[in-house]
Amino acid sequence: MKTITTASVSRRSFIRTSALAGGGILFGFNLFQACKPEVAPPVSIADIDFNDFNAFIKIADNGMVTIFSPNPEIGQGVKTSMPMLIAEELDVAWKNVRVAQGALDTKNFTRQVAGGSQSIRLGWEPLRQTGATARQMLINAAAIKWGVDPTSCTTNMGVISNSNGDTLGYGEVVKEAAVLQVPEKVNLKDPKDFTIIGQDVPNVDIDPIISGKPIFGMDYKEEGMLYASVLRPPAFGEKLEEFDATQAKTINGVIDVFKFGDKIAVLATNTWSAMKAKKSLKASWVEDTKLESTKDHDKILLDLLHGNTFTTMRADGNVKKAFAAADQVVERVYESPFLPHNCMEPMNFFADVTDTKVRLVGPIQTPAGTAKRVAKLLDRNLEEISIDMTRMGGGFGRRLYGDFALEAAEISSIAKKPIKVVFSREDDMASGTYRPAIKYKISAAIKDGKLTGYHLKEAAINSNMYGLIPNFFPAGAIENYQVDVAKYDSNISIGAWRAPYTNFLAFAEQSFFDELAEVMKVDNVKLRLDLLQNVKGNTDESIQYSAERMEKVIKTAVDKSGWGVKKEGVYQGFSSYYCHNTHVAEVADIVLENDIPVVKKVTCVVDCGIVVNPLGAINQIQGGVLDGIGHAMYGDFSFKNGKPQDINFDTYRLIRMNETPVVEAHFIESDLAPTGLGEPALPPVGAAIANAIKAAKGIRLTKQPFIKNMDTKSVLG
Amino acid sequence: MPVYNLKVNGQSLSVEADEDTPLLWVLRDHFDLVGTKFGCGIGQCGACTIHADGVATRSCLLKVSVATEMAITTIEGLSPDASHPVQQAWKEIDVPQCGYCQAGQMMTAAAFLKENPNPTRSDIRDAMHGNICRCASYNRIEKAVALAANKLS
Repeated sequence: MKTITTASVSRRSFIRTSALAGGGILFGFNLFQACKPEVAPPVSIADIDFNDFNAFIKIADNGMVTIFSPNPEIGQGVKTSMPMLIAEELDVAWKNVRVAQGALDTKNFTRQVAGGSQSIRLGWEPLRQTGATARQMLINAAAIKWGVDPTSCTTNMGVISNSNGDTLGYGEVVKEAAVLQVPEKVNLKDPKDFTIIGQDVPNVDIDPIISGKPIFGMDYKEEGMLYASVLRPPAFGEKLEEFDATQAKTINGVIDVFKFGDKIAVLATNTWSAMKAKKSLKASWVEDTKLESTKDHDKILLDLLHGNTFTTMRADGNVKKAFAAADQVVERVYESPFLPHNCMEPMNFFADVTDTKVRLVGPIQTPAGTAKRVAKLLDRNLEEISIDMTRMGGGFGRRLYGDFALEAAEISSIAKKPIKVVFSREDDMASGTYRPAIKYKISAAIKDGKLTGYHLKEAAINSNMYGLIPNFFPAGAIENYQVDVAKYDSNISIGAWRAPYTNFLAFAEQSFFDELAEVMKVDNVKLRLDLLQNVKGNTDESIQYSAERMEKVIKTAVDKSGWGVKKEGVYQGFSSYYCHNTHVAEVADIVLENDIPVVKKVTCVVDCGIVVNPLGAINQIQGGVLDGIGHAMYGDFSFKNGKPQDINFDTYRLIRMNETPVVEAHFIESDLAPTGLGEPALPPVGAAIANAIKAAKGIRLTKQPFIKNMDTKSVLG
Repeated sequence: MPVYNLKVNGQSLSVEADEDTPLLWVLRDHFDLVGTKFGCGIGQCGACTIHADGVATRSCLLKVSVATEMAITTIEGLSPDASHPVQQAWKEIDVPQCGYCQAGQMMTAAAFLKENPNPTRSDIRDAMHGNICRCASYNRIEKAVALAANKLS
């Protein structure tokens, strides 16, 4: 294996080795630190406790490699793809690599931390450097054994060779490597020499998943653990007045019922008894703060949109002037509801709070932050808190918030017993951290057939788009450009939901560009491509997207989808979007069956740099697109007097198989560093569908969910 | 509390539970068979699908008191070593994302293919529509059911 690039490992203090008693070597490294290159290393290696290392590479005497990955796996595949980066540079055969779940190994993994949706992008360099460092140490050990210069040695699939033709397996030099210094500089592979990155690698947890092994938080149990079901205020803005648990306590298996804050905990020996007893509680609730309804929000947000209380997030040129001088102004409003996350695995968490320690186990994306909050809540030292992560039955943003872990800790602390909080589906949907309802007003100024001004206004519940988003397309493409935001403070809890803000903003923007093309009488794809030309050579470093990469995904999507080529009875809709460092273009094909639009196919072209694991990547794209269609079509979550209206799947609709089109994923070949994949396929698809429906039926959809805003009963089949 | 004798995955098991306890919770909490998942509790999502006398059944709606006469199969008993053609198809296609719903999906698919060994695409889409996958891995589930049908025939 030839190496050509050199990278310095400035974080060598984060890698430490030790010989294993049973043979082999253990490379310990801190994945969290490794993923955050800006974090300063400690002054001396002696300052680091070995327990600080939360990920390990173990190389056994027989050359088998085990990568202990503490990554939280919510379904985006990083538990597979991140170890692939290490194995690639370690230069071993993937079949000789085992990825072990670190989550429940309390001995080795005392402080676990999560990656996030940026896992691969941030881990790209440091994880490869970690693998390369381990490889170099093995080479150095072999070179000493042979008495040759390490630079004359090469590796291939776990075997070291020198120029004399001698070979040694990794397993044969692990003992010697364990006592060597960690090298300062290591070589990284040229991407064209990759043997693992870019290959189809199946999910490392496939066997436990298909055989039903206990890998999820919901499956976790310990001897003597009780199940806790919690009755929470049924409406946002209500608090507990009083309750009667007489009947609940008569139910078999119920051990205890108590109030904590405005909630009531029911503890039982099994989940069913806890849930049943909770239902039998008689509680009365009183208005504490305002009880809000969707009807009110709709009016409030529209008033905000048409009002004058905005904060400007980006302003180029002079929008006011452009609109005053325009021949024509186009203005549209787009509206979206709240959305719950609805992870298939409802929220749950285990806690065992004793006088000496606070032990938490469960599905969570933010264990470090949650540990701090638990310490504060229980007035304990952070050192007493441990959190082990299980596999997660979906995340979509919901498991960033540790509310369920805090509840578990508080209940265990009061009960002085190990407990597991289990949400019912109704609990999960009614006490969420929802995607907030948002409305956009987009205005465009047209003069002499050109787009001279673009003004985006956002009105949202509780929180507005984050700082980078105003620098997405079409920033830099239109001379006079402005983004303004306003919010209304509500007592309804909101949070990040797969592709925050862009999940709806992309719909508004990409629907709007089709409307503009229609008004301007230009081809809708050409309108986008022409605008991108204005961005090329733009020196504004705040612009987030690349005009060249966007142009390429658009042109490829045109090509792959047969865009513009007339097919009898097929209507197409186009959409392109940049977010999470990834460029995407999508084309939806729909047909009319009994005059009802049916989405048959979505062609999705993605530039995410190097595709680490195509098998996993396609899954993310297909899932993202179908998730986006499902929520654009059906997702509708409303409140009446603070109370969520649809809190289970009998009335809240999620997309099902018979409603799904085929999603065809294409990736732009690239040697650039990989970028995010869990989210970027979702945002553009709503507009692709809406634009196709416009083509087919002449109906312009501006509100989600579509199902509620069309005169047909069903629009997918 | 009454005691119920059940036949699960070919084994005789007994449990002391209230008569209205759904089989789902007996499997999970009493028998440690946690491959059967809780998703909605009202028979809408299919995560808890098991076989009762070979028929795909929502275990969240099946009371333990009613299940005593039935031969119950869970994902753990579909095959002793994940070798059932449906499980193998799921593995080959690399279906799961988060993986939580997949046991229920596979149980539905296995029962369906027993009834209809040569399904059309539309048969598959209809048969599987009762199982929600929130990650929307539907394209691959569809492909895996078709592959499993091939393996079985």
